[in-house]
Amino acid sequence: MAKKIDVPFNGTKKQEAKLREAIAEIKVEHKGQGLMIAALQRAQDIYGYLPEAVQQIIADELGVSLAEVYGVATFYAQFSLYPKGQYKIGVCLGTACYVKGSGDVYKKVCDTLHIEGGQCTDDLKFSLDATRCIGCCGLAPVMTINDDVYGKVTPDEVEGILAKYRD
Amino acid sequence: MFRSHILVCGGTGCTSGNSMKIYDALVARIQKEGLENEVHVTKTGCFGLCALGPIMIVYPEGAFYSQVKVEDVDEIIDEHIIKGRIVTRLLYKETVADDGSIKALNDTNFYKKQHRVALRNCGVINPEKIDEYIAYDGYEALGKVLTEMSPQDVIDEISRSGLRGRGGAGFPTGRKWQFAKNSPGNKKYVCCNADEGDPGAFMDRSILEGDPHAVIEAMAIAAYAIGSDQGYIYVRAEYPIAVQRLTIAIKQAREYGLLGKNIFGSGFNFDLDIRLGAGAFVCGEETALMTSIEGHRGEPRPRPPFPAVKGLFGKPTILNNVETYANIPQIILKGADWFASMGTEKSRGTKVFALGGKIHNTGLVEIPMGTTMREIIYDIGGGCPNGKKFKAAQTGGPSGGCIPAHLIDTPIDYDNLIAIGSMMGSGGLIVMDEDNCMVDIAKFFLEFTVDESCGKCTACRIGTKRLYEMLCKVTDGTATMEDLDKMEELCYYIKENSLCGLGQTAPNPVLSTLHYFRDEYEAHVRDKRCPAGVCKKLLRYQIVADKCKGCTLCARNCPVGAISGTVKEPHVIDPNKCIKCGVCMDKCKFGAVIKA
Repeated sequence: MAKKIDVPFNGTKKQEAKLREAIAEIKVEHKGQGLMIAALQRAQDIYGYLPEAVQQIIADELGVSLAEVYGVATFYAQFSLYPKGQYKIGVCLGTACYVKGSGDVYKKVCDTLHIEGGQCTDDLKFSLDATRCIGCCGLAPVMTINDDVYGKVTPDEVEGILAKYRD
Repeated sequence: MFRSHILVCGGTGCTSGNSMKIYDALVARIQKEGLENEVHVTKTGCFGLCALGPIMIVYPEGAFYSQVKVEDVDEIIDEHIIKGRIVTRLLYKETVADDGSIKALNDTNFYKKQHRVALRNCGVINPEKIDEYIAYDGYEALGKVLTEMSPQDVIDEISRSGLRGRGGAGFPTGRKWQFAKNSPGNKKYVCCNADEGDPGAFMDRSILEGDPHAVIEAMAIAAYAIGSDQGYIYVRAEYPIAVQRLTIAIKQAREYGLLGKNIFGSGFNFDLDIRLGAGAFVCGEETALMTSIEGHRGEPRPRPPFPAVKGLFGKPTILNNVETYANIPQIILKGADWFASMGTEKSRGTKVFALGGKIHNTGLVEIPMGTTMREIIYDIGGGCPNGKKFKAAQTGGPSGGCIPAHLIDTPIDYDNLIAIGSMMGSGGLIVMDEDNCMVDIAKFFLEFTVDESCGKCTACRIGTKRLYEMLCKVTDGTATMEDLDKMEELCYYIKENSLCGLGQTAPNPVLSTLHYFRDEYEAHVRDKRCPAGVCKKLLRYQIVADKCKGCTLCARNCPVGAISGTVKEPHVIDPNKCIKCGVCMDKCKFGAVIKA
């Protein structure tokens, strides 16, 4: 199905130390209860995604099995086991955007970049996700690229918008 | 004292339209002019009229500027602030009276029928300043509860008000609190469900962004009522602004002694923490949400035991939605009778709706229960744009159903919506016009539930998938009439055999569209035709020979060379080559290309 980019894991010692430190902080903040999701969120902030090596660190720190970490990591939409692109594209497929034609915008992005939702281009430049309502329904249909928000997007405008992010 | 106040909307809608750059530019200009002691610039929560964002209001004139751009800032400062001349070209047209004077915002169609209780401070105060909340009677209700009322008094007051859960199911809030109070145990929890997952609803987010202290205060009141000392707000990580403002608000409340130990010197202790959801629609279900706070996969569990008996970490817990909490301080201050005087007999108070889709005034509206759909869509929402005909409104998101045009005079409350096959849900209200295909909409929601089903129950996990595939057959034109009956049967099977609300309500969008728009389903199946012209596989693009001038524009733009014809002669589309991209229709200057 999905074409995922498998890149070798190149996490640094510094990142690992940062993650272990973050988990120690979470243990104090959460008074020892309900740590896993917060730990995964911090890990994704640090590494950008959650490869097996990172899940193993979390399993070690929390004293649970790797399977349990994997189970939680794959349950929630926020977590990605694969790296994301330099520019993360989100097309809102919330209801308000959908009835105003965001499905066509989404398809146009797929066709233009030759990827599907959840995938990344080979050069790791763009990744695409269908997002749920991001809450600016007044601008529907909405497309986001990292922190930039594009409102009232038509399929015709997609190529022009993407062009701004190509070198 | 300031001579002028500029309120800039800092909600997600306006922020997406660059309102924070406008805010920065205003502050910079005012400092440059040396007016910082005369003119005060504030960022507020959502004003509600998101369609016209970014929005700002300048007082004392009450000038409501809409669709403001960063480039407009200099003109607003030069003309309005320095010379006292209102920039009429930026005014929201509804606020300009015939004689050119400014009408109060509450006299405009969008605001006239609204009654803001849960949203009262949104767009009024700066949510990042606790003093502004306190100036609007903030934390007075908590003070009253802790010094004048017993926990049972609080529950009685909430019960008498008739407040029902605003998250969708409408369970009476007072009763829920009573169960938790009656449960034995020395550790209890108060939780807030801010995991707004309905794709098209954003009222909870707007409350958290615009008035976070109201939720904090209400949770403290609830904690006092049931005997809890710890609360959790479970909020979507996708709502960064809401999370940031909540974090600031909790910090400020702690500094003021309104959270923590011995609040108001009463001996009552309560503290509050934020837990970030990680994106799972099912976590809006109460047991799943608690399982998620505990750090696990957010799968629901059977009830009983109910959370009020055995909830978070196995302790008695209450869970209410953001909007439910936002009503609590007002009920305590103004009394149960005041609250019960609004709305209908079984649905008291107001409800916030996120109005979206094919409607002029996209945004957030708060109306008394019992307001009709017609009033919301036409009087407040301004109807469908481009003169299109209203077809249906969808409420309750993936758990709800469609309300067809002939039921537009139904007064909105919990029971009426259930009776017509929809539900209140969290309050998303999506308007659809004649260009929306109802089968396609049902398919859209099913795709969502297939994605979001947690997988625990077979009926939901596999059933929604099969239902989705049947809908695909309908939109592809390969379904039979028997398939429609099978679909209906499967819908009831899923409803009856799923554990939680997600599965039990997942077939609703299909059932309600099948009920009200069966002719549209039949057109897809029997005539292989999509009446709204949405389902691509059933579309045929044709050229009307009488209108075609033979300009060749369509043929030159067709990406697959499906159009042939000689210059100045009518052209023809080869249906076998056509990929139905619609370019020919967009390009034709004579309206000769039609969808059939």
